[in-house]
Amino acid sequence: MKFTKEHEWMRVEGDLVVVGITEHAATQLGDVVFVELPETETMVAEGDEVCVIESVKAASDILAPLDGEIVEVNTKLVDKPALVNEDPTGEAWFFKMKIDDLSALDDYMDEDEYADFIG
Amino acid sequence: MADLNTSDLKQLVLHDLHASLGGKMVPFAGYFMPVQYPAGVMTEHLHTRAAAGLFDVSHMGQVILRPKGDMATLVAAFEALMPVDVASLAEGRQRYGLFTNEQGGILDDLMFANRGDHLFVVVNAACKEADVAHMTAHLSSVATVEHITDRALLALQGPGAETALAAWVPGVAEMRFMDVRVFDTAFGPMWVSRSGYTGEDGFEISVPDGGAADLARTLLATNGVMPIGLGARDSLRLEAGLCLYGHDIDTMTSPVEAGLTWAIQKSRRTGGDRAGGFPGAERILHELNHGPERRRVGLLPQTRAPMREGTQLFDPDGTPLGEVTSGGFGPSVSAPVAMGYVAASHATPGTTLEGEVRGKRMPVIVTPLPFHPTTYKR
Repeated sequence: MKFTKEHEWMRVEGDLVVVGITEHAATQLGDVVFVELPETETMVAEGDEVCVIESVKAASDILAPLDGEIVEVNTKLVDKPALVNEDPTGEAWFFKMKIDDLSALDDYMDEDEYADFIG
Repeated sequence: MADLNTSDLKQLVLHDLHASLGGKMVPFAGYFMPVQYPAGVMTEHLHTRAAAGLFDVSHMGQVILRPKGDMATLVAAFEALMPVDVASLAEGRQRYGLFTNEQGGILDDLMFANRGDHLFVVVNAACKEADVAHMTAHLSSVATVEHITDRALLALQGPGAETALAAWVPGVAEMRFMDVRVFDTAFGPMWVSRSGYTGEDGFEISVPDGGAADLARTLLATNGVMPIGLGARDSLRLEAGLCLYGHDIDTMTSPVEAGLTWAIQKSRRTGGDRAGGFPGAERILHELNHGPERRRVGLLPQTRAPMREGTQLFDPDGTPLGEVTSGGFGPSVSAPVAMGYVAASHATPGTTLEGEVRGKRMPVIVTPLPFHPTTYKR
């Protein structure tokens, strides 16, 4: 698993990259009450705002961690936003991306580096 | 908030207790305040409605107005600051009040109590210095204005509040909504009112700083009482349709626009015994008689996306109508809820408007307040 400084995790699954938010991020957000997902078959660039997460406290965005195409979204989160708090790194993935070159993930933090990053 | 100089922030007398309970402390109105505890806003909110929640609201201003001559003179002078009937308030009772300015805007909202030989006033934290200055400027010829700074203020709210507090102070069980009583207790002289800011039955308790931690620990050790942070306090008051000063009401909003006409008794209205005679009377009486141009309304977003403060509101034909002043997710309603101001022509419950969320117009329906029924013990 790889991690961004924006507290997203990325996991390779076949030729796709699965993206979600970390447990740390979920805890900081508090109870998630609303999730807006991107359309599938959308081309996105690294840094694009692709999802909105609203917690009881505030709204925040998930940014695309890589250039690529959104090929699948987790519609379960729309009906049950609380999954983001219950199982952020498992059931509560947000979207799957198809990217040209999986080696782009090498630039991101691994689990130990991320643990250091959040202190 | 990031550039806020946190060294200027004051600590509550219960700061260490909040820290030991895992409270997440944030700057609010000049204090470090617990915004939530480990249970989180949602759980804290629902727990308060189901059992009882203990809130530290010691940041609020507590003021005693003691007459230099007779009470009637103080009462008349205090009435001259508000469109509210002070004279008819019986001893041992509390009432909601509003300081207004010459333009009819609201300087602050407050609670005041008749305690026989003096008045006890509780004001908002962010306004308290200005309020004390305002009262001193207008009342010091007839009263001493004493800002109480050595007492904590706790709120115990929810259906379990009476049982929890009556275990230590049995007399509170006999109090009704908006009664005030003074009790000698093991925690020191306690000034109790049966009121709050959640829509639930409950109490606000002023207690000497020295007894505050003991009282808080004692109540928290009582079955069913959980500590509640500012986050849930905000969602609870929003569901109850209660205004937050600086957001839903301010110097630019009049009490009539804000839908606070219930706080303006007949005696102060046109034709009343003591009609007018308060700052902004011309505008406020005019709006009472002819209706305001805009009104505060409840708003139920029709999608799951919360409409937060600042969300712009439109007629479905595109005409701008106003904006949201408080909005978020209502845990007891289990849906987003909001309040805001709209043109009076569009303030009728059932009217469908549109709110702009991240560039998209979403339907929102004007709804009577409160969103969640209140359970005051009348």
